[in-house]
Amino acid sequence: MEYLGIEPKKARIGVFDFTCCEGCELQLANKEDSLVDFLALVEVVNFREVSSDRGQDYDIALIEGSISREDEVERLKQIREKAKILVTLGTCACFGGVNSIKNRFDIDDVVSEVYGKNKVETLPVRKVSDIVKVDLAIPGCPVSKSEVERIVVNLVTGAAVNLPKYPVCVECKQKGNTCVVDLGEICLGPVTRAGCDAACPTGKTGCLGCRGAAEDANFDSLREILREKGHSDEAIDERLRFYNAFSEELKNEG
Amino acid sequence: MINKVITKGEFEKFISGIIDANETIGPKQVDTDRDGKPVYQFRQVKSFGEMDLDYTITYSSVKNFFLPFREELSRFDFSEKDWDQTVEYRVNPRAIIGVRPCDINALNILDKVLIGGAYPSPYYLARRRNTFLVGMDHEPLEDCFCESLGQDTVHRGFNLFCEDIGDKYYLTIMSSKAFRFLENVKVTDPTKEDDIKFHERRKRLRDMFKTKVEMTGLQSVMDIEFKSPVWKKWGDKCLNCGSCAMVCPTCYCYGIEENIDVGLKSSRKERVQYSCNLVDFAEVAGGHNFRPLKEDRLKYRYYHHYRGFAQNGDEPICVGCNRCGRACLAGINPKDVINELQLES
Ligand code: SF4
Ligand code: SF4
Ligand code: SF4
Ligand code: SF4
Ligand code: SF4
Repeated sequence: MEYLGIEPKKARIGVFDFTCCEGCELQLANKEDSLVDFLALVEVVNFREVSSDRGQDYDIALIEGSISREDEVERLKQIREKAKILVTLGTCACFGGVNSIKNRFDIDDVVSEVYGKNKVETLPVRKVSDIVKVDLAIPGCPVSKSEVERIVVNLVTGAAVNLPKYPVCVECKQKGNTCVVDLGEICLGPVTRAGCDAACPTGKTGCLGCRGAAEDANFDSLREILREKGHSDEAIDERLRFYNAFSEELKNEG
Repeated sequence: MINKVITKGEFEKFISGIIDANETIGPKQVDTDRDGKPVYQFRQVKSFGEMDLDYTITYSSVKNFFLPFREELSRFDFSEKDWDQTVEYRVNPRAIIGVRPCDINALNILDKVLIGGAYPSPYYLARRRNTFLVGMDHEPLEDCFCESLGQDTVHRGFNLFCEDIGDKYYLTIMSSKAFRFLENVKVTDPTKEDDIKFHERRKRLRDMFKTKVEMTGLQSVMDIEFKSPVWKKWGDKCLNCGSCAMVCPTCYCYGIEENIDVGLKSSRKERVQYSCNLVDFAEVAGGHNFRPLKEDRLKYRYYHHYRGFAQNGDEPICVGCNRCGRACLAGINPKDVINELQLES
């Protein structure tokens, strides 16, 4: 496939899943009308959900999921060594994700609650960047296929790769939604990075912050606003902790 | 300009005729907020009954039917050896019903910027020319302040304007198209009594304004108060969420994106609405941000509306609808910001 008369170098991609629901991987195989074109841009050398190839010769490693076992730590380090570019795909890989709820409880209690008598070896949940260097983070629960497509096109054509820096509210207003805060809900849209087309408020529920913090986001102001509307600090913190995507901000608040 | 009156029954017939023959946009209730108040938006309508012409004000403005949030400016095709560019700005004729005076005045301001400037926008022009605009007066909300800006009545920029004088509308016909359309229904010349009712209605509406914003000398006050603590006070609250600019009927700032389609055989150049409140609005190549602080970004939105544009365009760009104030979760609104500035000086 040529672009402006030049044959772009196909990106050799490996997709690797860790602790997650594999929903982000599934997103890659979604959007059927452009799937053929999308797959023509890349050479998939390792991707369990679309092919049985198990190649080790990849330039770009897409990492899905958080890291919660010792063997995952090892596998991740090996992938990092082979990959030229390591990309975290989805909220679990970027921030820890829903799985991070585990870190709030005693680890033995967690194991016996989930696995009963079958003891398993497990570690507190970590995000990928806690363990290896990450070159590019694509957040989202799940990731947006359009965003992934745009990023991959930019990578193969050598264009700059950018995520929106502004918050979800911009897209929410563009959708013509009624603000769910006006409907009495907590919404993290004002502090969360846009790019999902305001999926949750469009469905009339508040944003849970799966895409992490927008740039220069004003957490203090949003907290004050939500308090004034009668929401408790516990409810606000619970929301901020949902995806573990604001751990830095929660830490700063002490 | 010609004045006529029409009974509300005939008016319904008239508008229904327009709806049957054209793509029509009108005010609809879309939600009820936590205080039990209705939320309205302009939406496509298929029948007269779907609209609520007694609506207070729509949450967003009609701006985005003229300046869509995302708009393809041109499309490039390079599937063959050569390349081709297509530019398409034709739109089908359509009608928008029930637009408030402030919103029509806002379109007149946008006309200055997007048609009157050195580089008229064919995209905007096509949408504006192909839209049949039916305006309508209304009782102001507690926080409307268009009267302070002299934007509570409108004299041009529409096809037909309707003033509610009880069981009839007092019509101002501004285009031959409107005149022709009205030939199919029963309209009469205003009687002396209709004229009196019209003047009474205008006076009553004007007397209803509760929110006053002091515009006198505002341009020089803003020059003097450039470093006022007022900016920091409100800037600290600002979420930089851009909601104000998105719902504002006059904010027109945009960015240009060039996106290559996944197949690498075509690409598109798109215009996307943007806002000076957004963090990277003044960021340039290399990463330098000319407005790194929240208060800077908030301040410049006010400076563009009430000072910069007022000097270059002879009037503030704001029409006083207070949509920005209503949409702002942080409670930032022109009335409080401007009145505080005025007190500072
Ligand atoms: S619903 Fe949420 S994202 Fe949408 S405008 Fe309100 S706060 Fe912002
Ligand atoms: S609205 Fe928030 S939680 Fe929902 S998809 Fe977007 S960023 Fe994620
Ligand atoms: S003024 Fe209000 S609506 Fe505008 S960007 Fe700031 S917080 Fe958002
Ligand atoms: S106030 Fe800001 S967003 Fe609105 S038109 Fe002016 S510069 Fe643009
Ligand atoms: S600045 Fe606010 S009050 Fe003025 S026209 Fe825009 S939305 Fe309306």
